Amino acid sequence: MEVDRTGEYIYPDTELDRVEGQVIEELKANSQEAIPDPDQWLEEELEQNIILTTVDWVINWGRRSSPWVSLCFPACCGFEFVSAMGPRFDISRFGMEILRASPRQADLMITAGTLTWKMAPNIKRIYNQMAEPKWVIAMGACAISGGIFRSSYSVVPGYNHIIPVDVYVPGCPPRPEGLIYGIQMLQKKIAKRKNLPQEGLKGLIKEGLRG
Amino acid sequence: MTVALSAKEVAAKLEPKFPASIIESNKDSLLVKSESLFELISFLKTTPEFDFNYLSSITAVDYLDYFELVYHLTSMEHNHSLVIKTRCYGRGNPTVPSIVSLYEGANVQEREIYDLMGISFEGHPNMKRIFLWDGFEGHPLRKDYL
Amino acid sequence: MAIRTEPFVLNMGPVHPSTHGVYRMRATLDGEVVVDLEPVIGYLHRGVEKLAEERTYTGVIPLTDRLDYISSMSNNLAYVMAVEKLAGIKVPERAEYLRVIMAELQRICNHLIAVGSFFNDCGAYFTPFLHMYREREKIIDLFEMVSGQRLTYNYMRVGGVSQDIPEEFLPALDRFLAQMPRCIDEYDLFLKENEILLARSKGVGILTREKAINCSITGPVLRATGVKWDLRKADPYSVYDRFEFDIPTGSAGDCYDRYRVRIAEMRQSLRIIEQALKQLPSGPVRVEVPHLVRPPVGEAYAHIESPKGELAFYLVSDNSIAPYRCHIRPTSLLNLSALRDMAIGWKIADLIIIFGSIDICLGEVDR
Repeated sequence: MEVDRTGEYIYPDTELDRVEGQVIEELKANSQEAIPDPDQWLEEELEQNIILTTVDWVINWGRRSSPWVSLCFPACCGFEFVSAMGPRFDISRFGMEILRASPRQADLMITAGTLTWKMAPNIKRIYNQMAEPKWVIAMGACAISGGIFRSSYSVVPGYNHIIPVDVYVPGCPPRPEGLIYGIQMLQKKIAKRKNLPQEGLKGLIKEGLRG
Repeated sequence: MTVALSAKEVAAKLEPKFPASIIESNKDSLLVKSESLFELISFLKTTPEFDFNYLSSITAVDYLDYFELVYHLTSMEHNHSLVIKTRCYGRGNPTVPSIVSLYEGANVQEREIYDLMGISFEGHPNMKRIFLWDGFEGHPLRKDYL
Repeated sequence: MAIRTEPFVLNMGPVHPSTHGVYRMRATLDGEVVVDLEPVIGYLHRGVEKLAEERTYTGVIPLTDRLDYISSMSNNLAYVMAVEKLAGIKVPERAEYLRVIMAELQRICNHLIAVGSFFNDCGAYFTPFLHMYREREKIIDLFEMVSGQRLTYNYMRVGGVSQDIPEEFLPALDRFLAQMPRCIDEYDLFLKENEILLARSKGVGILTREKAINCSITGPVLRATGVKWDLRKADPYSVYDRFEFDIPTGSAGDCYDRYRVRIAEMRQSLRIIEQALKQLPSGPVRVEVPHLVRPPVGEAYAHIESPKGELAFYLVSDNSIAPYRCHIRPTSLLNLSALRDMAIGWKIADLIIIFGSIDICLGEVDR
């Protein structure tokens, strides 16, 4: 069948390339500094005014025992993640059995691979599509700081220029045991999370009535 | 064992058909003028004595005065190979004829050379960047990039 | 009654569960039938060729690991052979045999993943993949004994290999060789005549001989079309001329034949490893080469038969400690040059299977 490329909804591929190139250049100009890591949580003790209610505890237990991962496997670390899902280092015992293709159903993004400027807008879009609460684990040297490719002309020096990162797992590639340790650190962080507002149930009802 | 054909013998056989196209030929490779590149390679592909039906790779190297393109050709039937080189001068917009109509495997390789080195190929159906994005300035693999 | 339809462009984006990495296709569809296909790559372009010009010859070896990250040993081997050709260094016998053993184990490893992902694409959700991964873990254990790493080994050096094998390696390899043929038979027993597999892949995505040679396609994809071209027999490198093995070929050039060729190649690799173990000599594993190698001015092109096809390095040297130009022949990128012609006329579901059967690795496509 003859394809008529001048139809109303089909843009020529040069036009698509030009628009995408503009998006990439804009993102590159805006992401020259690293986004700060979300809250300093590793060193702080459980302070007096943070009281976790039973409801909080149950919600956190549910959230940390079944994080579903969204797809983000550019490069070699992706294969160590697949090994972690494999028969030997089974991460489905930690609840991470599902590798959902849809970011809407995911709450964890494990970035396994080098990020290039051409790929960056796509990763940002997937991150934006994930529903709250969401966490990011930067896996591997390339995800932390650009790794062995840092001085290249097309590599982003670390994922934290584009999205905020919670846990950094070093290695090139990190062993699956290392990745599992990183996931357990994230589970400890999720366990300390406050879900309900300060006033408790009354505050929740007030918010609901406000609409 | 793949025999690497001696470029001097090949040059001696090609000389009567393509006078003044072959610049020099040493033990390894045959240096030809870029204008007659297409006819020479199509002759090498169609003649049964040579029968180079498989293009291994195309490479571009940046020696600061000129760019050199290296073509590695192989014949699966006779199991011999040959290296052909050509040069193009000028840093602005050097051009070389494209061999996409002879070997389809040259399509992506020529686009890559255009993207990273800045050498354009005339006769290529789709001459645009392949690895880098559309607004990228410069050609990274040149020696004077950054 | 004729229904008026309009072509529609579907973007199978860089993040997709079955594109084996960050590969993007803009497919123009008429209903479900593919009418046109435009690949967009470059999402993993890390500039390896430019980085190689800033590092010493030995320092480029870790960069080559990350090219085709599923089969790192083969990449190391091709690069190190190119440097040795340039500098005129001769490798000791024991190192050559160790290189052959590692390369053939790597070939089995790669084909296990290739066949496992192929079944994944066909619809067998992860079960064959996990079974094949069990064998791959055994091979990775062997590699970890030798080099200390699970994925990017950095084992070969200019002038040999980096260190000799430890004593537990040979008994473990013998145990592996004893049970691997039974595992391949097990896969064949369950999967070879499966009617869903036959319906989905027999006759799908046919590639003709002439087109394959014209598009510079090599490896199992070329051999499935019937061309008996394997660099280990056509242009033997290292010590491959001392072993006896066959080159499996297909006849129809469709997805099913590529799967059968890979299974047959695994059996041939086991044969080569057994012969190499019998002939393994003793001696040094590395020649004394200065730490900063300075080859004379010149150029060299060295190619090997990697699990995906012909992998070649072209090095130009100007007598300094870093290469002047290091070019990598991208096996997977050239294997993709016929994807458009193979896929036109088939449906989207077949497009996924055709793409999966070529077995590419994005690190090599984008470099």
